[in-house]
Amino acid sequence: MAETKPKAKPKIKKEVVKMPKQKPKERVKNFNEVALGYTEEQALEEASRCLQCVKPQCVAGCPVEVPIPEFIECMREKKYAEGIAVIKSKNALPAVCGRVCPQEEQCQVKCVLGKIGDPVSIGRLERYLADWERDHDFQIPEKVKPTGKKVAIVGAGPAGLTAAADLAKLGHEVVIFEALHLPGGVLVYGIPEFRLPKAIVRNEVNYIEKLGANLRVGNMIGRTHTIPELMKNGIDAVFIGSGAGLPQFLGVSGENLGGIYSANEYLIRINLMKAFTFPEYDTPIRVGKHVVVIGGGNVAMDCARSSMRLGAEVCLLYRRSRDELPARKEEIENAEEEGLVCRFLAAPLRFIGDEKGWVKTMGCQCMELGPPDESGRRRPIPIKGSEFTMEVDTVIIAIGQTPNPIIQRTTEGLEVNPKRGTILIDENGKTSIDGVYAGGDVVTGAATVISAMGAGKTAAKAIHKYLMNKK
Amino acid sequence: MRRRNETYKIITTKELAPKEKLFEVEAPDIAAKAKPGQFVIIIIGKKGERIPLTICDYNRTKGTVSFAFHEVGKTTKELGLLSEGDCLENVTGPLGNPSEIKNYGKVLCVGGSIMIAPLLLQVKAMKEAGNSVTTILGARIDDALIMEDKAKAMSDKLYIATDDGSKGYQGLDFLKELLETEKFDRCVAMGPVVMMKTVSDITKPFNIPTIVTLTPLMVDAMGMCGVCRVTVGGKMQFSCVDGPEFDGHQVDFEELVKRQRLFLPEERLNSVLWEIGGCKCGRNEA
Repeated sequence: MAETKPKAKPKIKKEVVKMPKQKPKERVKNFNEVALGYTEEQALEEASRCLQCVKPQCVAGCPVEVPIPEFIECMREKKYAEGIAVIKSKNALPAVCGRVCPQEEQCQVKCVLGKIGDPVSIGRLERYLADWERDHDFQIPEKVKPTGKKVAIVGAGPAGLTAAADLAKLGHEVVIFEALHLPGGVLVYGIPEFRLPKAIVRNEVNYIEKLGANLRVGNMIGRTHTIPELMKNGIDAVFIGSGAGLPQFLGVSGENLGGIYSANEYLIRINLMKAFTFPEYDTPIRVGKHVVVIGGGNVAMDCARSSMRLGAEVCLLYRRSRDELPARKEEIENAEEEGLVCRFLAAPLRFIGDEKGWVKTMGCQCMELGPPDESGRRRPIPIKGSEFTMEVDTVIIAIGQTPNPIIQRTTEGLEVNPKRGTILIDENGKTSIDGVYAGGDVVTGAATVISAMGAGKTAAKAIHKYLMNKK
Repeated sequence: MRRRNETYKIITTKELAPKEKLFEVEAPDIAAKAKPGQFVIIIIGKKGERIPLTICDYNRTKGTVSFAFHEVGKTTKELGLLSEGDCLENVTGPLGNPSEIKNYGKVLCVGGSIMIAPLLLQVKAMKEAGNSVTTILGARIDDALIMEDKAKAMSDKLYIATDDGSKGYQGLDFLKELLETEKFDRCVAMGPVVMMKTVSDITKPFNIPTIVTLTPLMVDAMGMCGVCRVTVGGKMQFSCVDGPEFDGHQVDFEELVKRQRLFLPEERLNSVLWEIGGCKCGRNEA
């Protein structure tokens, strides 16, 4: 390696370039994106902070191994088209990842700059390039020679789309089966417009279609077709990325009263069906003045922030304390700026309704933290005699999702964790059936977009190997 | 976005009674798999809602499925205006678990209002499985009674009942007397919740296994949202993936009625706005 002459070191900027955002008072009245994105100057300034480490730690922290220093180097030279090509060599959904990845726990946590100041804001730079590309047309990588092998992808969410992109680029014929009427999975039904505009998801899906993947919506595998049927009809390999769509309920009395939504129902109505525009769109939603969201994850934050945008006063009820909140810090801050009130160390006991069957009051109980449980978090323990009630109009239960069982029930020989309903795989994503792979939330239970994408990538590699060795 | 031959084209339309229609739609993938008891989700336009409709018939060779609907809300009224050759935005299915069809012996099939149409698919399947089938058709009034001739041709015995007694028996009280004189091995009830509850209450003392088809509110209808949750035997069940058929003696019908009405004000508003010419608030023009 050629030695560069030691020059006077440029001064390292310790502080990150701040992201312009809509002001809390404004944004809480609309569903437009909160974070507005860097300007070119801001992006270049942030890119200039990267130390271009010889052994980049950030790449090791990325589940899909984006060559981070390389794309930042391209940016610094204003070679934006090359920069986005570098990202897309590994990540088919950069506009999504730049917005919703928990970078602070992945690439950015490993950034060397983080030891003396703020780490480089890798996510925002990724977003800048992805948005730049959207304004300047895609470049579609040249098509490779078709392999003649056919792969079915079950679910057009982050895992499935990633696997589809990688396999299409390798020359396989890819068909994506999506059960809902729009592609994107959790990116369209779960994550709200103000965090991830749906036009951006649509755009990323267009790119994957242009790579050659064939998308079929409104086609529920397990019902419309089953996996054994696909394998019989000329499909050489299957990737299952059907997600964790089944909502969990609390199991307390009164849970079926009107005004009590699962987080899934609430978000599907608002995001997928655009109920926030009712009656422009046909699907309705009813949100009262006093909304209580139960739970503390990113989904809970999304429900709370959507409710505030629909004009409600929102209280988050979480059974542990602030330190255990599983949501991203950034999301909690955003939500609190918008007016979220948090009530920690409390859990619901029962719901009481009015004569028409609508929820009116919620009986709760205070908790204290005991020793850590299997999850490593301190276990909440009810405090005797601490019951209290809250007046509520709307309750949203955001305490987690489990995998949808339909594929597991209709695929003979597919091994499943009997307790959690998740599909069992080996380190390459292979299930108990030859040629059938799985990844994402259907394997791990509810997790992040990027971990699902990582799993899609791993499985795509293994599927490629399997197909090329198959006679 | 859809496969080229998946246009969801309406092949035939038929008026069964005032405001009650039967559509046959092209959907080869669904037609190939559909079974009695299952349903489809339809979306009529880009801004449309997802509504569940029970499958009334299917033709595997033609690649079509049929469903019937009553024009009550905006979506069904709008649907009623479509004609042969028009296309739906999306039809997804077949969803839900198929009915358990086998030779039980003597089967009683009770259908009310628009659900008579899918009931006759059950009657047909039960006959084919070797059962003797007695059918009861119910409607509010004589004019609203549908598919009587078809039911007559299919069933071993046919009874008619109307709420006002304008045709056949008045109400379902006669069912009790019928059960006292005749023994049935299974009962299938499809219709309004009140009717299914009445049938279940009547058959219970006679210990006749009674299967009801629930049609609560649904959004995704794939087990994701939980709006279709019902209490059956004290347990929470999702109609879309655990049903739509349940043991009528175990269903909490009272709760179901309340849950079906959750969005009634919004549904009425949307229907009225649509009738006077669409929403004029000008929000989100796109």
